[in-house]
Amino acid sequence: MTDLLEPRAIGQALVRRDGEQKVRGTATYAYETPVENPAFCHPVQATIARGRVTAMDTAAAEALDGVLAVLTPFNAERLASTDDAEYAVLQSPEVAFRGQLIGVVVAETSELAREVADGITVAYAEQPHDSELRTDRPDLYAPEQVNAGHPTDTSEGDVEAAMRSAEVTVDHTYETQMLHNNPIEPHATTALWEPGADVPLTLWDSTQGVHPDRAAVSEVFGLDEQQVRVVCPYVGGGFGSKGNPHANVMLVAMAARALPGRPVKLALTRQQMFFLAGYRTPTIQRLQLAADRRGRLQAIAIDVVEQTSKVKEFAEQTGVPTRMMYASPNRRSTHRLAALDVPIPSWMRAPGECPGMFGPEVALDELAEELGMDPVQLRIVNEPDVDPDTGKPWSSRHLVECLREGAQRFGWSDRGPGRRREGDWFVGYGVASSVYPTMRQATSTANVRFERGRYVAEIGAADLGTGAWTVLPQIAADALGVDVADVEVRIGDTRYPTASVAGGSSGTNTWGSAVSVAAREFRDKFGTDPHDGDEASGDVDQAAMDEDHAAYAFGAQFAEVRVHADTGELRVPRLTGVFACGRIINPRTARSQLIGGMTMGMSMALHENSVFDPRIGQVANHDLAEYHISVNADVQQIEAHWLDEHDPYVNVMGSKGIGEIGITGTAAAVVNAVHHATGVRVRSLPVTLDKMVPGLP
Amino acid sequence: MKPFSYARPGDVAEAVREVAAEPNAVFLAGGTNLVDHLKLGVATPDLVVDVRTLTSQEVTDLPDGGLRLGAASTNSEVAADRRVRERYPVLAQALLAGATGQLRNAATTGGNPLQRTRCVYFQDVTTPCNKREPGSGCSAVGGYTRYHAVLGVDAALPDPDAPGTCIATHPSDMAVALAALDAQVQVLGPSGARTLPFTDLHRLPGDDPATDTTLGHGELITAIDLPPLPAGTRSAYRKVRDRASYAFALVSVAAVVTDDGVRLALGGVAHTPWRATRAEELLRGRALTDDVVRAAMDAELAAAQPQPGIDGGNGFKIPLVHRTVVATLRQLTTEAQA
Repeated sequence: MTDLLEPRAIGQALVRRDGEQKVRGTATYAYETPVENPAFCHPVQATIARGRVTAMDTAAAEALDGVLAVLTPFNAERLASTDDAEYAVLQSPEVAFRGQLIGVVVAETSELAREVADGITVAYAEQPHDSELRTDRPDLYAPEQVNAGHPTDTSEGDVEAAMRSAEVTVDHTYETQMLHNNPIEPHATTALWEPGADVPLTLWDSTQGVHPDRAAVSEVFGLDEQQVRVVCPYVGGGFGSKGNPHANVMLVAMAARALPGRPVKLALTRQQMFFLAGYRTPTIQRLQLAADRRGRLQAIAIDVVEQTSKVKEFAEQTGVPTRMMYASPNRRSTHRLAALDVPIPSWMRAPGECPGMFGPEVALDELAEELGMDPVQLRIVNEPDVDPDTGKPWSSRHLVECLREGAQRFGWSDRGPGRRREGDWFVGYGVASSVYPTMRQATSTANVRFERGRYVAEIGAADLGTGAWTVLPQIAADALGVDVADVEVRIGDTRYPTASVAGGSSGTNTWGSAVSVAAREFRDKFGTDPHDGDEASGDVDQAAMDEDHAAYAFGAQFAEVRVHADTGELRVPRLTGVFACGRIINPRTARSQLIGGMTMGMSMALHENSVFDPRIGQVANHDLAEYHISVNADVQQIEAHWLDEHDPYVNVMGSKGIGEIGITGTAAAVVNAVHHATGVRVRSLPVTLDKMVPGLP
Repeated sequence: MKPFSYARPGDVAEAVREVAAEPNAVFLAGGTNLVDHLKLGVATPDLVVDVRTLTSQEVTDLPDGGLRLGAASTNSEVAADRRVRERYPVLAQALLAGATGQLRNAATTGGNPLQRTRCVYFQDVTTPCNKREPGSGCSAVGGYTRYHAVLGVDAALPDPDAPGTCIATHPSDMAVALAALDAQVQVLGPSGARTLPFTDLHRLPGDDPATDTTLGHGELITAIDLPPLPAGTRSAYRKVRDRASYAFALVSVAAVVTDDGVRLALGGVAHTPWRATRAEELLRGRALTDDVVRAAMDAELAAAQPQPGIDGGNGFKIPLVHRTVVATLRQLTTEAQA
């Protein structure tokens, strides 16, 4: 049990502290960092999916006026560490996927760099590539573990026996599509290498964590961490794709080291981001559900097939939420990977939970239909008393309350039997649950200092648009017992104490805990009447940590879908989400996170789709004109509500993390509503009108 | 991007002379498509001649009761023009269904019909494309064909290595409406002015997929004329796309219904805005019941060739455009009765 902070600033819908700068356009992003006389980079990418670069004709390029450097696998510096193969940039002429970095041109202008890079002729020894994900591949393998350290497989009881003996079963295969994070700010860096300086390498980089970024870069270049500074006050979105640095960061650092004293800039183009910045693997999920006539699950099983890259393994933990969502005596989850000649998948908003709450939540809808049961009620009867995965009690779990309140707010009782027509449109309602684990990272430190009558808290945290600039002062103010106006927080620079990545919805939980400890230390040392310059620091590991409970945020999402009777066009006029995610630090930024997640979930349901062309080994629709993200005209009424949840086990703020839960379950709610509207069951995302047309009258 | 020279001549005649004199020269108007292509390396001109301010920006009445759209009038201006909205709703609707407000403010009457295909392989210089690099082959065949043609192509899977193979579609919404309206194109070229029917402006790939239109090098569209329509004419544009806004058509239908019959043009299905002349013939003089329209569209689409490919291919377009025509004509008929 933790004594929660007395909420005074916490809970206030304060405006974003960085809002005015962003609206005015004066907030400085990585690429815009004002530096003297910058040079500009443009990458050269492989145009084969597998093989070897045998020659690159760079002589003409290097001779051009304005070209400052051309780096290739044949002349680039040897890196100190290539343990992480993604970072082994220009270390070998081998090509492991189409779009891989095989060079960079540094020039006086970005236009010249691009022209020269595009004009370099490359000779290859091409080999056949293999980039098609299928479930019948003989080379599927079980990784040692899946993302976030979860076991690859779990099993309890006998699913097959339960499937044979149960009164009602569902056994279907569901597919989620390849998705790209596509933050609006591209992956961008300004880099400066000053060999004689105390801190020779400075990176102004768009990242979800300046300290993790620094750790990766210093290892790759064999530098002490103190020799590298990473600065990142603002991020134009990341969605996980800036959680780890990608190869572009190593490339721009190499370019900077080739031009000592001269700042260099690199921003990936939108097209390049489809090769180099990570993506969400497509998943193929076989779901088996067995139930009695009253809907109580006798078995639940998920068997996942998904892809990774031959260069580096990333195993999305898609089967993990099925392990803990619902009660059932017989349970199984497995993950199998195909290692392909493709770019490296990585984190994208709610890795694991996002695709992993699609198959099961649609399968439950199919089970409800088989049973003739309300899908809300089906979820309620399968509510587990304790975490089915670990046997631990819940720190708090209010899924049933979310379902009930959501149903009431949405008007679920008007649902009716389905295939209701209003004018030219079929109308349907669907529901799905949401979940996201409540995490706190092991390492983060904050300083609190009294400076000219104000309290200054420093921590190298990142604000990717989530609101860290605004909510950390609220936490610090309540931890110190002062007005929020008397608190200044400084983030986004490795000069401040070490902070964990803004990932796993853990930022506020982790940094807020460190800030609270620092505030407590400060008060213990200096009392309530400190002197100028008094300073204390605190580590997150000094904060109370509960290991005895399973901690998750839960939610329920309800969707109204309309399907045009002539054309199959799909619209989502209403999405209602109700979440139980601990104490809300700032309702304004929280609502933005939740409706942003729901919007992204709707976009996944209806629009986003990286169409991978296995013949050439690349995403065919690799720009934002052809990779569709929901636009304003698609977004009508999206509401996010939350319960007033009090959880004494998670942290001193009582907060659970809200950045990712909004995207989980949304696609299932939409697909379930599509079925209710039309009778057409779509098991493969996205739901597009061509999948509707054959089922229309 | 390849460096190029930029010229801003004083009048259209000079602009035409400058482009005609340089084999690798292009006109620039709104730039909404060309500038992207310059950046991507899809277009690599040596000379760009800016005509944005050289032609008329006005919409003017013609003596025969029609309207003349100056080539420099923007898509936004034309869509907002009261005469266009009242007399040619199919055109106003088509314009407003295209792109975004910002793009419509920049895109012009002369430039819009000359935009190039959105085929993802055409836009990616690292893949073979007969339209971009004649003779290199067609990557779209058997590839990502969702936005590709089903009409005006010979086979379901044409030979990707043949130099004439191209299954691209024309992406313009405006052009589909202009095809249905029997618009006339005013052109100025090195050998003088001429007028051509809008339906003759675009061409099927034939053995030269690199050439989208019948305009000669140096020919510039100076205006597009809308002929008068008989009283009681009704028209509509229906666009079906993958999201509610800012997406190219999967299929679209421009329909103009007069007492004499129906004029129908289809978008998203062919290398040109596709005038459905076979269906028009079968509909002439007939009451436009669903059954009659269905039979006409069956005939129109008899030669359609679904293109298989990754992500399911594009066979869905055939029933989709069929249904969309039926629905659009039903809507126009119902409105007329109301």
